[in-house]
Amino acid sequence: MAFFSTLFSQIINGLQSGSIYALVALGYSMVYGIIMLLNFAHGDIIMVGAYVVWMSMTSFGLHPLPSILLAVVVSTLLGVVIEKVAYAPLRSSPRLSLLITAIGISFLLENGFQLIFGAGAKVVPPLIEGPTFKIAGASVSTPALVTLAVTVVIMIGLTLLVQKTKLGRAMRAVSEDMGAAQLMGVNINTTISFTFALGSALAAVASALYLSSYAQASPTMGSMLGLKAFVAAVLGGIGSLPGAMLGGFVIGLAEALVSAVGLSVWKDGVVFAILIVVLLVRPSGLLGKPMKEKV
Amino acid sequence: MLKVEGIDVFYGNIHAVRQISFSVEQGEIVTLIGANGAGKSTILNTVSGLLRPKNGTVTFEGRRIDHLPPHKVLTFGLAQVPEGRRIFSRMTVEENLEMGGYTRPGAECAGALEDVYRRFPRLAERRRQIAGTLSGGEQQMLAMGRALMAKPKLLMLDEPSMGLAPLLVEQIFEIIKELHAAGTTILLVEQNAQMALSVADRAYVLETGRIVMEGAAAALLEDDKVRSAYLGS
Ligand SMILES: Nc1ncnc2c1ncn2[C@@H]1O[C@H](COP(=O)(O)OP(=O)(O)O)[C@@H](O)[C@H]1O
Ligand SMILES: [Mg+2]
Repeated sequence: MAFFSTLFSQIINGLQSGSIYALVALGYSMVYGIIMLLNFAHGDIIMVGAYVVWMSMTSFGLHPLPSILLAVVVSTLLGVVIEKVAYAPLRSSPRLSLLITAIGISFLLENGFQLIFGAGAKVVPPLIEGPTFKIAGASVSTPALVTLAVTVVIMIGLTLLVQKTKLGRAMRAVSEDMGAAQLMGVNINTTISFTFALGSALAAVASALYLSSYAQASPTMGSMLGLKAFVAAVLGGIGSLPGAMLGGFVIGLAEALVSAVGLSVWKDGVVFAILIVVLLVRPSGLLGKPMKEKV
Repeated sequence: MLKVEGIDVFYGNIHAVRQISFSVEQGEIVTLIGANGAGKSTILNTVSGLLRPKNGTVTFEGRRIDHLPPHKVLTFGLAQVPEGRRIFSRMTVEENLEMGGYTRPGAECAGALEDVYRRFPRLAERRRQIAGTLSGGEQQMLAMGRALMAKPKLLMLDEPSMGLAPLLVEQIFEIIKELHAAGTTILLVEQNAQMALSVADRAYVLETGRIVMEGAAAALLEDDKVRSAYLGS
């Protein structure tokens, strides 16, 4: 019985961290879908969001909700500005130049924050407080429940946005054929900015959800989180939004189950093992379209 | 209506289009013919704003458009059906058409959709189908319907007969004639010179980025040089 309650707790843990990976993976996938960039600076948006939450709460004394909203606003703006300043000028350059620029931005953010705030972790006050529930012998925290609920709501909202709205249709059109979308009257600058805004906002929400359980902000927190979310995006099929959602949960559950069987030292290893297997066996991912002509 | 004057277009250091000038008057069907690689698509994409000319000007109804982005050019009343159709294969037929009406308000769009379905009943039957599963002929109709959603004054078609069986080619050219009869001015790019010259009023012949001949389509159809180079006789 003890084994099953441990298993159940770990599944809850897996879904909780999986939610966070999924929200971040969506940003990787949307950006890749639209400009074929593996945006390595995306993970650092999480970090910036975390520092905004920390500062708002400790220096400005704001309540959690306004702090999170501020983090979303700052991250969104940052994502859009990075695209405009660093990526847009390279739109017709080789994709490799763009990738290297993204890595550069990532270094800039990490080192910049280290310079300003120091390398040490900052403790963030509790964001989501509430009782711990006993379900089937396992304890489930309020942050875990809130994380899952928020993620599900966001996923539904995002799916509706992409499938049913004019802007969502434009995003899909640009990601399939940028030139043809332009001939239909789509302003690609607007569409690309919007995609970065959306991805960065999701990263900020992920950041807040992360802080609700692991209350620390540090300059490098985004790199491991971002890397795992990136693996989730590749696992799901980069460019595919349902894939990013699925990939996030699979990665979260894989980590948790490895811990459940007592191999928690392999928690990170299993993620990269998954990456290697996916790249070898099915590079297009679980729900991705097979790689094909994209000119 | 459309006036292209002395444009040069480059891809990196490839000089694809050299000092091209031509015009299209309201109510005409004008065709640009030439072999593969002559520069036809480059010209249409320059007019549409996807490419920038290095020299020269493009004017539409008296206004310079050569510095405008494609989404602005479209709102002036210039739509293009690109080479290879380039429909959004993962969207439904109806979503593709709605993309065509992207720049227009919702109510106008609904009316335009009805018009397109009236003209292409096949598309109406398949409105919920994923566009990538349509046949080549249906995809060409979808690409044309999609461009018509913008209610263009000038419709540019890039090799609409490409890859289609002869019967379908006939059908596509019938549709082009109907659109023209309904008041749309047409700029038609073709490798199928026979068909293009038989529907057009005037024609320009392109060779490696240059216009080498121009005139009334009927006269070019009778011209010995054109006949031997493009009509295989
Ligand atoms: N994207 C491109 N990059 C480099 N060269 C190109 C590109 N597109 C076309 N070209 C070159 O420009 C010339 C004209 O091409 P194009 O306009 O496509 O001709 P057409 O439509 O008449 O077949 C060709 O020599 C072609 O190789
Ligand atoms: Mg061509």
